[in-house]
Amino acid sequence: MSAYWPSLFGGMLLGLSAVALLLLDGRIAGISGIVGRLLGGVQIPLNAAFVIGLLSGPPLYMLAFGSFPAVTIATSGTLVVVAGLAVGIGTRMSSGCTSGHGILGLARFSKRSFAATVTFLLAGVAVATLMEFLR
Amino acid sequence: MNRLASLRIVVALLAGALFGFGLSLSGMLDPARVIGFLNLASGHWDPSLSFVLGGAVLVAVPGVMLQRRLRRPLLDDSFHLPEKAEIDGRLLAGSALFGAGWGLAGFCPGPAVSGLLMGLVPVFLFVAAMAAGMMLHDRVISGMLPR
Repeated sequence: MSAYWPSLFGGMLLGLSAVALLLLDGRIAGISGIVGRLLGGVQIPLNAAFVIGLLSGPPLYMLAFGSFPAVTIATSGTLVVVAGLAVGIGTRMSSGCTSGHGILGLARFSKRSFAATVTFLLAGVAVATLMEFLR
Repeated sequence: MNRLASLRIVVALLAGALFGFGLSLSGMLDPARVIGFLNLASGHWDPSLSFVLGGAVLVAVPGVMLQRRLRRPLLDDSFHLPEKAEIDGRLLAGSALFGAGWGLAGFCPGPAVSGLLMGLVPVFLFVAAMAAGMMLHDRVISGMLPR
C-alpha cells in the first residue's frame, strides 16, 4: 500500500484543482476541452493560464523533490504519433478525457461521463493488453 | 481588463499548477505506469491509476455537492457546465478512439501536456500529433459526422 500513497495524494490534488476551478470560476477542469479551446482560439487568456500552470507541474515537483518525475517511454515514435492523433480526435469527438469525464463527470454522477469512462478504460485495456502480445 | 477577469486568470493559473503538480506526484506522467495499469497480461499489474482516479473523485464529489447548493461561482455570473445528457455515437466512438490511443502509448492529454518542459522528444511528438488531431476533428471531422 505505501507505494500507492503518492498516487492517492496526487489524485486528491487533481480533485482539489477541479473543485477550485468549479467553485471559483464555474467551469470543468477538463484538459482536452481546455487545450482544444485554446487551439481553437476560444477564451485564450483563461485557457492559456491553465495550460501554463499545468506546464509548471514537473518544475514544481523538482523544487519539492530534487528531480523531475520518472518517465519511461517504450513506444516507438511512429506509434506515439498514431496514439497522439487518436487521442486528439477521440477526446474532442467525445467532449472529454480522463479529467473531464473521468474525474468531474464521475463526481457529477453523469451517465454520459460514466459511459465514456467505461468505454475508454475498456478500449485502453484492450489495446495495452494486445500490445503485450505484439512485442 | 477588470479586476474579476484578472482574478479568474490567476485562479486558472493556480488550478493548472495544482493539477500539474498532482499529476507529477501521482506518477501518471510516466506512460509505463499507465500501461502497467491497462495491460492485464504483464504479470505485474500496477494499480496506481485506480488510486489516482479514486483519490480525485473522492475529493471532487463533496465539491460537486457544494456546487449544487450555490447559485453561481464566486468569480462569474453563472456555472458553465455540460448540459447534454444523451449517450450518442460521437461519445462512444470518440471514447473508444481515445482509449485505444491511450492504451497504445500510455499518454492522455493532461500528463502529456504537463510533461512538455521535461524536454523529452516522444512527449513533444505526442502533443504535436494530439493538437493536430484536435484541430482536424474540430475543423473537418466534426462537420462530416451525423448530428
